[in-house]
Amino acid sequence: MTNTGSTRRAVLTTAGIAVSAVLLAGCAGTTKHSASSDGAASGPVTSANPNAPTKQGLKISFVPKEIDNPYENTVDRGGIDAVTGLRETGKEVGPSDASASSQVSYITTLVQQRQDAIVVAANDPNAVAPALKDARAKGIAVVTYDSDAAPEARQVFVNQADSQEVGRTQIRLISEQIGGTGKIAILSATPNATNQNTWIGFMKDELATPRYKGIELVRVAYGDDDDQKSFQQTQALLQSIPDLKGIVAPTTVGIAAAARYLSSSPYKGRVALTGLGTPDQMRQFVKDGTVVRFALWDPSQLGYLAGYAACALASGQITGKQGEVLKAGKLGTRTIGNHGEIILGPPTTFDASTIDNYHF
Amino acid sequence: MTWRRRPLSGRELGIVFALLVLVAVTTAVNPAFLGAQGLHDLFLNASILTLLAVGQTLLVITRNIDLSVGSTMGLTAFLSGQIYVADHDTPVIAVLVAGIAMGAVCGAVNGALVAAAKVPALVVTLGTLYVFRGLDYGWASLTGTRQVNADQMSGQFLAFGSGSVLGVPRLTLIAIVVLVAVNYVLRTMRSGRELYAIGSNPHAARLAGIPAGKRILAVFVVSGALVGLAGVLHAAYFGTINASVGSGEELAVVAAVVVGGVAIFGGSGTAMGAALGALLLTTITGALPILGVPALWQRAVDGAALLLSISLDRAVMARLASRLRRERNARHG
Repeated sequence: MTNTGSTRRAVLTTAGIAVSAVLLAGCAGTTKHSASSDGAASGPVTSANPNAPTKQGLKISFVPKEIDNPYENTVDRGGIDAVTGLRETGKEVGPSDASASSQVSYITTLVQQRQDAIVVAANDPNAVAPALKDARAKGIAVVTYDSDAAPEARQVFVNQADSQEVGRTQIRLISEQIGGTGKIAILSATPNATNQNTWIGFMKDELATPRYKGIELVRVAYGDDDDQKSFQQTQALLQSIPDLKGIVAPTTVGIAAAARYLSSSPYKGRVALTGLGTPDQMRQFVKDGTVVRFALWDPSQLGYLAGYAACALASGQITGKQGEVLKAGKLGTRTIGNHGEIILGPPTTFDASTIDNYHF
Repeated sequence: MTWRRRPLSGRELGIVFALLVLVAVTTAVNPAFLGAQGLHDLFLNASILTLLAVGQTLLVITRNIDLSVGSTMGLTAFLSGQIYVADHDTPVIAVLVAGIAMGAVCGAVNGALVAAAKVPALVVTLGTLYVFRGLDYGWASLTGTRQVNADQMSGQFLAFGSGSVLGVPRLTLIAIVVLVAVNYVLRTMRSGRELYAIGSNPHAARLAGIPAGKRILAVFVVSGALVGLAGVLHAAYFGTINASVGSGEELAVVAAVVVGGVAIFGGSGTAMGAALGALLLTTITGALPILGVPALWQRAVDGAALLLSISLDRAVMARLASRLRRERNARHG
């Protein structure tokens, strides 16, 4: 009986710890910064001077969605390269879980450390907004990349690619690979992922054009960015749609899992697979013929562009207004669009002849 | 004791029945579900979870639990990847041995804390869940190898993960061998029977001269070794590894064990039941998209299936208990 007693006590203690942890996390997430009432208009710079010299000794910090995500690490490496190339200092700090509340505490610390610019991939557009507004009120330049925060909380959003272009590219790729006719399916991440649904929406628009009238999208499946689940969803698609000609997976986890399954199944070579994947993950499957061609933007270029945007903002060369021009080193120039958005460019496509030029 | 000699207990027959109904309905909707490839995939998908569930069964029978399975599996899967990053041509058997050894070490850490320090397994393994996962992340960032991809592993290793022997997936064969061995130990060997005694009444077991501490430590090591094996197989099967492999897997494992009729407070249950539980849960996940359950509802259906099977179990147990009580009263009264 003593054992049961101690087990019960253990459960209670554990539950107690869990509850207090949740309460603490809740506090961190809802801390009301005075800045939230300051509004966004209190940004430091009023007008841009495109010819201002780039200030030296700037401190730029990159806050990824989570510190252990290889994709985000590649992005940040590109950003730190850009920043050190301009002879500033750059660092990557961030939470080990992809939650907005943990990001907020990192942002608060960076503000206390008087960084010159904070570059952040927001885990939640609104939850990080008060902390970012606080940073701006203290004269710190705020750039979002990869995943945007509320527009009034940042000056510039560096978008990997125009969402419409991402959708269009994937439909073009699958159409080429299945000869323009037949049934296709989409293997996505979670059913409520914003970027996934935006891309899928544009894919559907693209399929509605007369050019793709021979292609029928029969199902959208969700693998939750989990290997096992993506495997099983791929199997279900292949089993339940016997005349399926192709799968589009706009998620790096999904496309790698689907490729691994296809490569070891009789469907290899019979069902086309394309989507968004990293060259390192897909190399094996491009070389063994499972996948012909897929797409992705170059994540290190995304970070590189964000790094340049941060330095330009901190030096007063841009303010984030529509029409301003950002000079971005080896990438040339980008014009700032609506709502302070800068687009990296159309996605890059990778196939057997080019994949070995890329390592990320 | 004759009922123990039957190949499947009533509880296990219940799971088999549920499985048959599920497969029949799904096959009626889509015949390919029971095709050669469909069956192949079904067993392959269940293999890794089966290994984990069989290992967990050993612990749960002794009134212990291992919540760190997901983290241990992640650590050993990541070890497999790191081995291939270091030497692309490592023989498969060496990776298997390394993974099993590392899993056993993790199990020994858990077991030592539980058996020697007398801390409840729930607390110890909740702690090591975070510690092992933290080591995994730390290792990844220390070596700068955040992700290991299929092209970095040897072709032999990948073929091992997806290969078949006479049409039966190799992973499934491994799971079956482990299942048969554990089943044999639990049913017939003295040390196996002692595990039930420890779980039924730890105090009485000690008084009866069973070296409970030693047994529990051994069970943690064996279960850890099985988790280590599962980690290596995970790497070979999926071909992509990062430091978050196996996150949340402990819930699936405990669910499989519970659905399989292993009493969560110890003393009763079989490895066969847990394996059937793993097969049933995997089949449900595989069947839902084929049955056309909308993606947003699949998780809810998953959970409902779990609750249904547990409440059925409770109902059966309650009836059984009252029947036993009536019989006993009839004999003595």
